Amino acid sequence: MRELSLNILDIAQNSISANASLITVEVAENTVENTLLIGIYDNGKGMSEEQVKSVIDPFFTTRTTRKVGMGIPLFKMAAEQTGGSFEIKSELGVGTEVRAFFKTDSVDFTPLGDVASTIQMLITMNTDRDFVYKFKVNEKEFVCDTREIKEILGDVPLDAYEVSQWLKDYIVENSNEIYGGAL
Amino acid sequence: MKTLAELMAIKEATKQRMTVREDTGDEAIRIVVGMATCGIAAGARPVLNAFVDEIAKRNLKGVTVSQTGCIGMCQYEPIVEVIQPGKEKVTYVKMTADKVAKVVTDHIVNGNPVAEYTVSAIK
Repeated sequence: MRELSLNILDIAQNSISANASLITVEVAENTVENTLLIGIYDNGKGMSEEQVKSVIDPFFTTRTTRKVGMGIPLFKMAAEQTGGSFEIKSELGVGTEVRAFFKTDSVDFTPLGDVASTIQMLITMNTDRDFVYKFKVNEKEFVCDTREIKEILGDVPLDAYEVSQWLKDYIVENSNEIYGGAL
Repeated sequence: MKTLAELMAIKEATKQRMTVREDTGDEAIRIVVGMATCGIAAGARPVLNAFVDEIAKRNLKGVTVSQTGCIGMCQYEPIVEVIQPGKEKVTYVKMTADKVAKVVTDHIVNGNPVAEYTVSAIK
């Protein structure tokens, strides 16, 4: 993947396949310690211990488990190649939490890229789900919650073009604001 | 800076436009973009965005853009399928955002699939 934002898009698709109704994406950067956490948490159907092991290892998979593929291994690799780490926690019937820790000063750090596009796409392509996007830079935080947005919109759909464009700008501008304030 | 308060005004404008749009009886065209790991890695996200933008720009009615999983020809990703009732499905391969405008103009608007972008052009 050329940018980590694409890994986020890919991993969140698993949450959608797992029938999650609420998906949280957390991006937290610490510019003092040069670390970055990317977390994707859902309330989907969850996985058994064996399934968790098999999603981490691409060569452990069989074609019968369609969910399993290169998505998790690629994300894990992107984190570990920077000297960071990766964890996945899951419980059947409860949900799944995926966390990747990156060292942003590593030469092998993949740029974060266009996270706003990823979040915009997840939200507008899955208007029947709810998403929470948390972007943190050091102690500053921006939170975008579709439950709050849906309440304002009423019967106007989230995927209406004007709303979708506003959403993208809303995320970009607020992210820049907290990022700019930290530098 | 964009705030949630601003969304109220956008909501009203969108509502007005949508009521104007409603009474059109065009038959539905579905544009489906493959968005599995293979599609995303090959650049499906800007392709999907370009379709959404182009369709909104031209105010086309009865056209929906959606996503699907792996279509099964990962080496030809990003793959886009155009599905129209009563017509054969058209599969575009190795799509880019730059190719989208031509597909929308020639195929979606004028009904002529862009043969050189389709899967049959490679085989």
